[in-house]
Amino acid sequence: MATVAPDRLPAAERDKLTATWETAPGVYGWFASVDHKQIGIRYLVTSIVFLLLGGVEALVMRVQLAQPMQKLLGPEQYDQLFSLHGVTMIFLYALPVLSGFSNYLWPLMLGSRDMAFPRLNALSYWLYLFAGLFLYVGLPLGQAPNGGWFNYVPYTSRQYDPGINIDIYTLGLIFLGISTVVGSANFVVTLLRTRAPGMSINRMPILVWGTFTASAANLLAVPSVSLACFMLWLDRSFGTHFFDVEGHGHPLLWQHLFWAFGHPWVYALVLPSMGIVSDGLPVFCRRPLVGYTAVALATVTTMVIGFSVWVHHMFATGLPAMAISFFSAASIIIAIPSAISVFAWIATIWTGRPVFKTPFLFFAGFILLFVIGGVSGFMTASAAFDWQLTDTYFVVAHLHYVLLGINLFPVIGGIYYWFPKMSGRMMDERLGRWSFWTMFVGFNLAFFPMHIVGLEGMPRRIYTYPAELGVGGWNLLITVGAFLFAAGILMVLVNVLVSLSRGAEAGPNPWDAGTLEWSVSSPPPPQNFDIIPIVASRHPLWEDRLEDVEERSQLGRGYLLDRGRETIGTTPMDAEPNVILRMPGDSLLPLLLGIAVTFLFAGLLGHWWILSGLAFAAVLAVLIAWFAPQPPVGDEKARLYA
Amino acid sequence: MPEITTASRALPIGGTGRLTTGWWGMACLLATEGILFAYLIFSYAYLGAQAPQGWPPGGPPALKLALPNTLLLLASSVVLEIGHWRFRARREKIAMPALILTAVMGIVFILVQLKEWTNKGFGFATDAYSSSYFTLTGFHLAHVAAGVIALVVLAFWAWQQRFPHEGSLHLMLGRIYWHFVDIVWLVVFTTVYLVPQQA
Repeated sequence: MATVAPDRLPAAERDKLTATWETAPGVYGWFASVDHKQIGIRYLVTSIVFLLLGGVEALVMRVQLAQPMQKLLGPEQYDQLFSLHGVTMIFLYALPVLSGFSNYLWPLMLGSRDMAFPRLNALSYWLYLFAGLFLYVGLPLGQAPNGGWFNYVPYTSRQYDPGINIDIYTLGLIFLGISTVVGSANFVVTLLRTRAPGMSINRMPILVWGTFTASAANLLAVPSVSLACFMLWLDRSFGTHFFDVEGHGHPLLWQHLFWAFGHPWVYALVLPSMGIVSDGLPVFCRRPLVGYTAVALATVTTMVIGFSVWVHHMFATGLPAMAISFFSAASIIIAIPSAISVFAWIATIWTGRPVFKTPFLFFAGFILLFVIGGVSGFMTASAAFDWQLTDTYFVVAHLHYVLLGINLFPVIGGIYYWFPKMSGRMMDERLGRWSFWTMFVGFNLAFFPMHIVGLEGMPRRIYTYPAELGVGGWNLLITVGAFLFAAGILMVLVNVLVSLSRGAEAGPNPWDAGTLEWSVSSPPPPQNFDIIPIVASRHPLWEDRLEDVEERSQLGRGYLLDRGRETIGTTPMDAEPNVILRMPGDSLLPLLLGIAVTFLFAGLLGHWWILSGLAFAAVLAVLIAWFAPQPPVGDEKARLYA
Repeated sequence: MPEITTASRALPIGGTGRLTTGWWGMACLLATEGILFAYLIFSYAYLGAQAPQGWPPGGPPALKLALPNTLLLLASSVVLEIGHWRFRARREKIAMPALILTAVMGIVFILVQLKEWTNKGFGFATDAYSSSYFTLTGFHLAHVAAGVIALVVLAFWAWQQRFPHEGSLHLMLGRIYWHFVDIVWLVVFTTVYLVPQQA
């Protein structure tokens, strides 16, 4: 199918590359691996485990809310559960799962052998894992975070919340923030420097655009919440007065800093998953995406505007009308780039020849949910209407349509789509369709009625409600829907586990897709590409069939780069080769640094300053080893296969 | 049938300057650190704008120590650059002396700043001003300390002659970081010390 049938590299040469790039076997290799494919799969598995944990928390809450005045959970337990549910889903599932896809796919899509900073990649995973465990450490003690994922002061000041619940939250988010920032820096540099020769920025897959935009935004947004958490920790630990009115602090400062981070973050959770659809959907429509340039620019535009809408989370806090009007307008305008993408997807289906495989169902279902979530977002963007809706279940409905609709459905579709690449086996199509329809029906049963109970005045974040409110019937339906939805997720998991051993052989390109990751074997070899491809269009594997594409990519000839772990570095815009990058191999340093940082935060949590001091010294020691200079090397004439 | 050949044009391995991935990584670090200081200054200014009485409550802060200290920090950047220029021009065999001198100037800056802190008539937990003053200047001080540690480690490696004269990545990143810490101080100094003088 490839334009230039790849000339197979001689076996000896191929084995040499594989041996060079292979992770060491055994326990050492497991802890020391810097292979982006392994790290990507770890990200995916860990985030799905957190998805299940957050899901179980949600189901317990839905049992509590199924009827008025239930007694399964007390208010304090409910507070911890809904806080942990939000923290888990938003911080520990939604972004990391996308990092998993991008870590696995980026070098394969970009025609490279690894990410720009392989050890940093491993570090961001270990930090994510340890920060996730850190955030959960309070649960068995009955001291989990209990101030909501938004953690508003003064509820969360020491005066009103004296336990360690909130300290776990504040330190845990700073901890996780380090992982997010180093991971984002890695994506940014990887995109700018390690694309295959010829992959200019107008030839990148949209997933790459989405993750790049999200990562750049994370670099700028995450410090805001880290700082807010740090100041709250100071307030709680040392009696400072950032948020405390008596010392002339201001509670709204928390909300500004939190949402200045929080809203860009929401887009970071959806732009890469919209990218999954933009890349996956066209394959099942048997044509390229309609409006590639418009969708790519809409991705970036959404994020730019996304930095100036945070006050729409604060319409009910008594801010001046002028400020509210500005942020209301910005929040309404942001519908335009979103609509561009929606019309592009619809046009792709409309003008294509759809193949109704499971990934297509998830991607098409996503479009409908996105529109519903977008319309309810448009409604809440209007300040006057928002005053009626704020703190009701309407907002819960909106945010779940947006986050589950735009994040989870593309993610599950993406799992069906790329599972064959990762495992070499197909997932079961029949069970796949069942899982989609169960999830889709369950989702809408669970979340659509929340609009109605919200309009009828049911407040959110409350552990129960009186029978007189008259929403008991709706709530029972919501709970049934939630369990149906969970059953659908379970089917997906069963499908994954069964297909791992019993799925049909996939071959390199089971969907007949057009991008580079499908040009290598499934699963890909450790070096990804025997020969670094030279890219001439957006769909290197479709060039013979697309009428308007003159150029021909070269997949079987080009840079061989077999003197050690080497890949090619290219210019940021046009991707012209200008440097050979020597990549580090297996290393325990990322894990050691992760462990040292964990002890550092454990010390801060317990106010065990000596532990923190020792851990900090360990951090420095690892960093010095990490950056130890290598002997300088001169220029090299690259080895080619041509 | 294709065969394995060698390219006619040589490419650098790792490269120098902007060819390195390290330069781009540093750019990302500075972006995220820079915005962190922007959020710190936003918090300081927000609390100032909402303050019921004057900001700072005790009148503008004294410049007696802060101004000379600012000049000292600026001078340290100049020292670092001169030293590096001499090393590149091979007038110095190793890059160590300038690194050590810069680090010492950084340490003096830290000591003077600590003295400045103890001169203040208020503590960390006095009020919103004191909390944000110590946090903002403290964040900067921590960055100076990080820079000093980096300079000392670089000096050690320089003493071992592990850096080439032409375009060492490590020296470049160390210099960029130190200048960044300097520039950030100018912004912090302007915000915390100079702006209140007009009031």
